[in-house]
Amino acid sequence: MAYDYEKSIRPGKLPHIWCPGCGHGIVMKGLIRAMDTCELDRAKTSIVSGIGCASRLPGYLDACTLHTAHGRAAAFATGVKLADPEMTVIVCGGDGDGTAIGGNHFIHACRRNIDMTYVVMNNYIYGMTGGQFSPCTPTGAKASTTPYGNPDPIFDISKLAIGAGATFVARTTAAHPREIDKLIVQGIKHKGMAVIEVLDDCPTTYGRRNKFRSVVDMMKELKKNAVPAKAAAKMTAEQLQGKFLTGVLFQDTEKPEYCEMYQEVINKAQGA
Amino acid sequence: MAKKVALLQGNEACALGAVYAGAKFFGGYPITPSTEVAEVLSAELPKVGGKFIQMEDEIGAMAAIIGASLTGAKSITATSGPGVSLKQELIGYACIAETPCVIINVMRGGPSTGMPTGPGQSDVMQARWGTHGDHAAIALVPNSCQEIFEETVRAFNLSEKYRMPVQVLFDEIVGHMRERIVFPEPGELEIIDRQPPSVSPADYKPYDSSKGQVPPLAAFGSGYKFHVTGLNKADDGFPTTKAELVDAEERRQIDKVMDNVDDILKNEEYLTDDAEVIIWAYGSTSRSARYAVNKLREDGIKAGLFRPLTIWPFPEARTAELAKQCKAIIVAEMNLGQMIYEVERVSKGDCAIGGVFRVDGEPINPGQIVDKVKEVL
Ligand SMILES: Cc1ncc(C[n+]2csc(CCOP(=O)(O)OP(=O)(O)O)c2C)c(N)n1
Ligand code: SF4
Repeated sequence: MAYDYEKSIRPGKLPHIWCPGCGHGIVMKGLIRAMDTCELDRAKTSIVSGIGCASRLPGYLDACTLHTAHGRAAAFATGVKLADPEMTVIVCGGDGDGTAIGGNHFIHACRRNIDMTYVVMNNYIYGMTGGQFSPCTPTGAKASTTPYGNPDPIFDISKLAIGAGATFVARTTAAHPREIDKLIVQGIKHKGMAVIEVLDDCPTTYGRRNKFRSVVDMMKELKKNAVPAKAAAKMTAEQLQGKFLTGVLFQDTEKPEYCEMYQEVINKAQGA
Repeated sequence: MAKKVALLQGNEACALGAVYAGAKFFGGYPITPSTEVAEVLSAELPKVGGKFIQMEDEIGAMAAIIGASLTGAKSITATSGPGVSLKQELIGYACIAETPCVIINVMRGGPSTGMPTGPGQSDVMQARWGTHGDHAAIALVPNSCQEIFEETVRAFNLSEKYRMPVQVLFDEIVGHMRERIVFPEPGELEIIDRQPPSVSPADYKPYDSSKGQVPPLAAFGSGYKFHVTGLNKADDGFPTTKAELVDAEERRQIDKVMDNVDDILKNEEYLTDDAEVIIWAYGSTSRSARYAVNKLREDGIKAGLFRPLTIWPFPEARTAELAKQCKAIIVAEMNLGQMIYEVERVSKGDCAIGGVFRVDGEPINPGQIVDKVKEVL
């Protein structure tokens, strides 16, 4: 039986703004399935985003949704979660939103280990503004502001999250749709900051400039380079050249969660 | 029973005023000369079950208080000029998303780092215009520790009532000065909370102004699901580019303030009835101005003081009346001339206008004002 996505979509809000072949839609479907699996009460769920194509996602979903300013989603979400720790907080947005303009809020949300699930849709480009390079655009690639090839090195978002202190970090791609919801479910169930990096595609502003003939080619490339973390353990550095790891990359269940830590502050202040 | 009294710094009075008003969330980033507001709230908020968070920067602090406010917590941040500069984009967000919140600006001088430990009043135009796009602003300028307490409460009330950010500006002098303050009893000062929706979650529209200029605001997590965005939106909260809807929304968000100036404005007058010259001053400068008025009266000059406690919206009507009545208005402010532009604009040439300005980190003293009055008259 076909999965019923409609019941999670706000009536009248489709069609979405995304281009044909944009990977963000695949991520949204994964998020819907994950929210269903977790049986989330939508009135107790906040989906927070910044600005960008990816950040338009919350508007389509039936929940307490907050479309904020470019880069600031994690900080808004911190306010929502701390004000009402009973909310399930999901953040979503692009690689530019989360790691360029929003990089500071991103790493500090990871450091605090505040209980939220941050889904980064990494299409390695600024899609909404027409394809300028982001901190995740591969070195050498073409973007509208790198006509001679990108001179910048990249951020590895998952490593950044682990280094900054997030306690659940996982990666997958839009070419592995089933793994998207599986990992988001684990992220939602994890108590603490969960970062799920989903590598997806922007055929319109990246694929076109970088000689991908079709969306299928972009998906094939993602499939080709994705190596499950378990399999990677048995591979040589040479074999892993140009590849990226997928699946759960890191989990720590010991580090205290921020809102719980703050509850202790309240207890002390109230002399309990 | 005798009322509780204490010797308090302006910044401490501000923090305690916030607690009195029902604040439940503070997000901030330390900056002189405002830091004591954060320090006191870090101790006081958890006592009442509230939350204090030191964010990674002022932008994050502004974001966090908007998020918390939408989740039902009365929220506040405190900073100084450089911090307000960083918050500007999100102050506009709070305006368009109609989110109540209070921003304290303990002013210092100079562009950029300026003189962090010196007083200034050079952020008053920033308080009016400091964000992109058209928007209304409410800003309050208390001049004593007692008043900082009370005006912080009023700032919360106005922000809740009109669903918008409200700024309270005082300068380093009042922020760090210690004065005796008498705490109002619980219930003695009016406390206003945002109007909750009266319709069911299914019928709720977060920007439905059919029953009044200020739409009721539900809280995330309270059973109401709705969408909030910084894009121009229709009454249901979802983005729109329909010209007539965008125009109506933008105008309503300004009209809700400008149609209610009588409720928002507050000022104090001293010996203005027969005054030939009005000293127009706010914040700590108004204390020197009051001395100057007394001194001038001793010298036989009929001087009076007009002191706004609300500078935005601007007290247009009363300033215009005074301009008709008197020979001169002298604006005294610790900047190189900001509010004087507004005074000139509304007085329409009905009287002479003079300015006493100072930006060297020292307060304006009464003698300077007296000299200026004698020069202009
Ligand atoms: C303060 C600010 N700076 C710049 C922009 C312009 N802007 C909008 S979206 C965007 C990039 C979005 O890229 P990304 O987050 O990677 O998401 P995508 O569109 O690729 O999904 C930029 C630079 C803005 N809206 N606000
Ligand atoms: S521009 Fe790129 S990221 Fe934006 S909707 Fe189109 S394909 Fe997706």
